[in-house]
Amino acid sequence: MPDSMSRLVWPLAALALLLAFNAVVSPSFFHLHFAEGRLASPLIDVLNQGAPVLLLALGMTLVIAAGGIDLSVGAVMAIAGAVAARVLETDASAAAAVAAALAVCLAAGLWNGLLITFAGVPPIVATLILMVAGRGIAQLITDGQIITVEPGSAFLAIGRGALLGLPAPVLIALAAAGALSAAVRLTSLGLFIESVGGNEEASRHAGLDVRSTRLAAYAIMGLLAGLAGLVDAADIAAADANNSGLYLELDAILAVVIGGTALTGGRFSLLGSLAGAILIQSLSTTILMAQFGGRSVPVELNLVIKAAVVLIVCLLQSSELRRLLLRTRRAVA
Amino acid sequence: MARFTRHWPLLATAVVLIALYATAAIAYPGFGSWFQFTRFFSDNATLGLAAIGMTFVILSGGIDLSVGAVIALSSMVLAVLMSRLDLSMWSAAPMVLVLGAAFGAFMGGIIQVFRLPPFLVTLAGMFLARGAALLLSDAKRIDMKDIESVRSLSERHIAGFSLAAMVLVAAVVIAAAVLRFTRFGRTVYAIGSDESAARLMGLPVARARVGAYSISGLCAAAGGVVHLIGMQAGDASAAFLLELDAIAAVVIGGTLLAGGRGSVIGTLLGVLILGLITTIPNYQGDLNTWWIKIVIGLLLLAFVLLQRAAQRWTEC
Repeated sequence: MPDSMSRLVWPLAALALLLAFNAVVSPSFFHLHFAEGRLASPLIDVLNQGAPVLLLALGMTLVIAAGGIDLSVGAVMAIAGAVAARVLETDASAAAAVAAALAVCLAAGLWNGLLITFAGVPPIVATLILMVAGRGIAQLITDGQIITVEPGSAFLAIGRGALLGLPAPVLIALAAAGALSAAVRLTSLGLFIESVGGNEEASRHAGLDVRSTRLAAYAIMGLLAGLAGLVDAADIAAADANNSGLYLELDAILAVVIGGTALTGGRFSLLGSLAGAILIQSLSTTILMAQFGGRSVPVELNLVIKAAVVLIVCLLQSSELRRLLLRTRRAVA
Repeated sequence: MARFTRHWPLLATAVVLIALYATAAIAYPGFGSWFQFTRFFSDNATLGLAAIGMTFVILSGGIDLSVGAVIALSSMVLAVLMSRLDLSMWSAAPMVLVLGAAFGAFMGGIIQVFRLPPFLVTLAGMFLARGAALLLSDAKRIDMKDIESVRSLSERHIAGFSLAAMVLVAAVVIAAAVLRFTRFGRTVYAIGSDESAARLMGLPVARARVGAYSISGLCAAAGGVVHLIGMQAGDASAAFLLELDAIAAVVIGGTLLAGGRGSVIGTLLGVLILGLITTIPNYQGDLNTWWIKIVIGLLLLAFVLLQRAAQRWTEC
């Protein structure tokens, strides 16, 4: 089995296990039917509600693979929603609102990247700055209010529309995943990112432009965080600077790690991150739907189970654990 | 000269704190009062305690994202022990402190033994502690106003300083002494600046790393006890994302996030700067709260760039 496949086995196996559990405990999970012109099912809902985390996880994969991390994505999501809502207030078209929001988020991503590559600030601190200040900036843009989007606006299609029976957020996430996979595999971007994350010094000696590669990863992350923010804002038809994207940076990082990309950088798998993001979202939906003996499971259990999943996945990836297990096996033999 | 460059991030923090305090004290009547001065310590005691523990972890080259959740969990456990099991504060609080230290040691142990990134392990710890706190209470607050010992402790003051403020100051003094005068403290610095060198010198690396995380857990648990006394309630959603403020305070206080350099005194100054910034809108009514976040972000930026400059200066 090639290495790239073996790393995908665990997240996909975990996802399959979770879906099988759902098939037994709540059969309605897989029940597909048409409602309001689109396919409806808890399974589709998982993808629909998980779209922001899916989008974030895609960008986070590149950032982590390049040896960095981005804590600011939740705040950048809030900025995207705030900018879009403000532009829509001026009777501008939906396209203008989307373009303005994405431009601001691209700038946010570049800011993070420049701080890391040119000022030499460690990625955790550099993005922590925007994580703290970004939510303040979003609240500044919205004046601390929740700005609602008018019901008839074409902007809402991003969050509530459907095409061929599939909800728009799912399509946007899939399109982004397809475009990014093509970008990293058809061009040398993917190779460069893995090289920079794997060994920065060697990459530099090989003549690779380390700074531009890192910068590109953060710029793409900014764009995807903006897209996630737009989906979120269009879904609730409002820009909520306080809550949009709150805590999602952690889910995104988790999705990437579950997907088999090491937090230390290097090799990455976009497909693995997608599986990781779907796994995280299915967990929440499963817990919401699961019933034991007629009693529903407390929602708070979600956090505890998430903690267990993180630890198990980390331990599975740890070479130390493998070494320890091997040693005990040898000792027993 | 080397001594000076080593200390000037701390000096810069002190200058910013004094300048901010002096400006605010001149601009707003009452801001410079003794009452308000003591309030800075009382109001930020929980954050301060968490930031002291965080300083140990960051000095050792790690990070602890679980402190906010551990504060919430320990305040909930204390509330449950006292209100449902009728234990006194004097028997329940030590249990909570031990629990916090054990939780930190558990995370530190996993990080040390399995060589896992601290970011992820403590993230799992955050989910675990927050989830446990919410499950303990069915996500409800536990009111402690009727319990005599909580009320009397919350009303006790010496020279204006509340119990929380005194715990904070005592913790700073003890932590600074531990870092400066003990073998453990020196090992924490050594791991942060160069782990393999520390190991080659025969320093107890594993013990010191686990020790740093257990101190962070202990400090967070103490923060939880102080929080319960201050609020007179156990609250599972308390201290939400407080770890970010704690990290910010440590960085503003001049500790390198890469580890190996910094001080607890700096962290206290950082906490007080954050406290000043969050208090100013109380005095200036037209200042919106989101400016707090933006100003804290800008301060972080300024201090991080300053640290980079200081590092480059010493490298030359």
